[in-house]
Amino acid sequence: MFEARVGLPRWLFVPAGLGAAFVLLPLVAMVTRVRWGDFVVLVTSETARDALLLSLRTATTSTTLCIVLGVPMAVVLARTHFPGQAVMRSLVLLPLVIPPVVSGLALLYTFGRKGLLGGTLDMLGIQVAFSTVAVVLAQTFVALPFLVISLEGALRTAGQRYETVAATLGASPAMVFRRVTLPLVRPGLVSGAVLAFARSLGEFGATITFAGSMQGTTATLPIQIYLERVTDPDAAVALSLVLVVVAVAVIGVAGQRRSVI
Amino acid sequence: MSRLVFDAAVAGRGVQAQFTVDDGQTLALLGPNGAGKSTVLGVVAGLVAATSGTVTLGGRDLACVPPHRRQTALLAQDPLLFPHMTAWENVAFGPTARGASRKAARDQAHQLLDDVGVGDLAGHRPHQLSGGQAQRVAVARALAAEPQVLLLDEPMAALDVGVAPALRQMLRTVLAARTVVIVTHDALDALLLADRVVVLDGGHVVEDGPTTDVLTRPRSQFAARIAGLNLVAGEWDDGTVTNPSIVLAGHAAELLPAGSTAAAVFSPGAVNVHLDAPAPACPNTVSATVTDLEPLGDRVRVRTLVGTVTVVAEVRPASVVGLDLGASVVLTVDPDEVAVYDADPR
Repeated sequence: MFEARVGLPRWLFVPAGLGAAFVLLPLVAMVTRVRWGDFVVLVTSETARDALLLSLRTATTSTTLCIVLGVPMAVVLARTHFPGQAVMRSLVLLPLVIPPVVSGLALLYTFGRKGLLGGTLDMLGIQVAFSTVAVVLAQTFVALPFLVISLEGALRTAGQRYETVAATLGASPAMVFRRVTLPLVRPGLVSGAVLAFARSLGEFGATITFAGSMQGTTATLPIQIYLERVTDPDAAVALSLVLVVVAVAVIGVAGQRRSVI
Repeated sequence: MSRLVFDAAVAGRGVQAQFTVDDGQTLALLGPNGAGKSTVLGVVAGLVAATSGTVTLGGRDLACVPPHRRQTALLAQDPLLFPHMTAWENVAFGPTARGASRKAARDQAHQLLDDVGVGDLAGHRPHQLSGGQAQRVAVARALAAEPQVLLLDEPMAALDVGVAPALRQMLRTVLAARTVVIVTHDALDALLLADRVVVLDGGHVVEDGPTTDVLTRPRSQFAARIAGLNLVAGEWDDGTVTNPSIVLAGHAAELLPAGSTAAAVFSPGAVNVHLDAPAPACPNTVSATVTDLEPLGDRVRVRTLVGTVTVVAEVRPASVVGLDLGASVVLTVDPDEVAVYDADPR
């Protein structure tokens, strides 16, 4: 491969450097505030452990839900044509752009006790709002578009030529999907899932609105950090660092894949 | 039995064609770009919907049969090997889809890769293969699907010139007893691989006959061109073929009634180019304008326009020294070299 020989205008490096500093400096600032002497004690306290485990558990569950629901959504959007498809695509991606707190309210009015489906769920003896299930629902709601958008892009880029060949070789639609479509878009699927996981892990606004902040049940790591920010700033900073480390690890995994959006 | 009977139209693409491929026969589908050749293959494979007519394969009406149940493997210019599978896994795809056991599929894949001459590359990924090797694997993959009809869409068009002859030879061996439709631009493909030739032009069949017939006695301009022959269509009367641009004397190979539409065919080598008028007295002497000059080994191909008819001559370089594009020349053709026959489609 040739190294790029066309130069860049020199002034470009100034705003680029400023931007990088803008992103990195706050992280450095935070790290300087960590009291390393108490760090282990702070991040292994019972509330911290509960919050971290809850976050990992719910983010994993919601990522799984995103895959189960998002893969078929992406395939239908990328491979079929139906009236109103463009509108549908925009609406499905809506949680990307509406404030999370609004998402939380919307979920509350859907699954809450007095919500659209609340009555039905109540009769079935299911209480969704302010439970761990609500945490998972909130995270899935906000993270789903990341998976759909990433996978749909991968599907469109891959095109249908291999699928056509597979069909003429006698493969049923189910076999084409399993042995050709999915393997070809695996990088897109993995990066979509990683993004969804990261978004779930960081979810705050929709969760606190829809699920509340009960320790061990709905207080995920971001919520715990928010709660302790006033009462125990040292603990908040330590937990923040844990969250940053997890996020960096996730980006590291995604970075090894070719197609991250 | 896997006889293919095609009699269908695709209105949106202006294609309406009719032909038959007998069991075990190879049909070459020729025609200019945009003639509808690929559309025809698409209709057979179930990738393009026919707007009317029927296609039957081995007696089955394919109308409502989805592509994966048609048993019509399609191989295009681009091998399109599945990039996430090795060569043998690609070949084993069809057998697996058919429900063959893993071992049977694997054995068949290795056997077919041997047959097409790339048995030693079974474990390679597509990106490790050259264009010719990939196309061989693609042929093996198509054969492994055990199609009732194999559809080849210009399988050698994307290959290096040096690679095509070997692949053509390999195809000649493996296609021998199969029912095949091959779309090609190359007379050599048709001659070596096909029993019959159908020429499509503007979406319609303009010629249909045994390969040697079509290529030695073309009735369409396209077939004449790929056979490397000149063709002048006109009205036959008393030893001459008359066309608004040209009058040619020739010999009718069969009894032709006066006034019938005839094709006068002669090879470019039979055309003499004279730079200086007057030309020698000869029955077939016409004035022409040079439109193209092209070197051709030890000869020069001179493309000329006689009225609205293109006549190609292949002459020694020495006889066209100093000739420019647009120059006026005189062409002569020995009437003994002009074969005349009925121009109506067989």
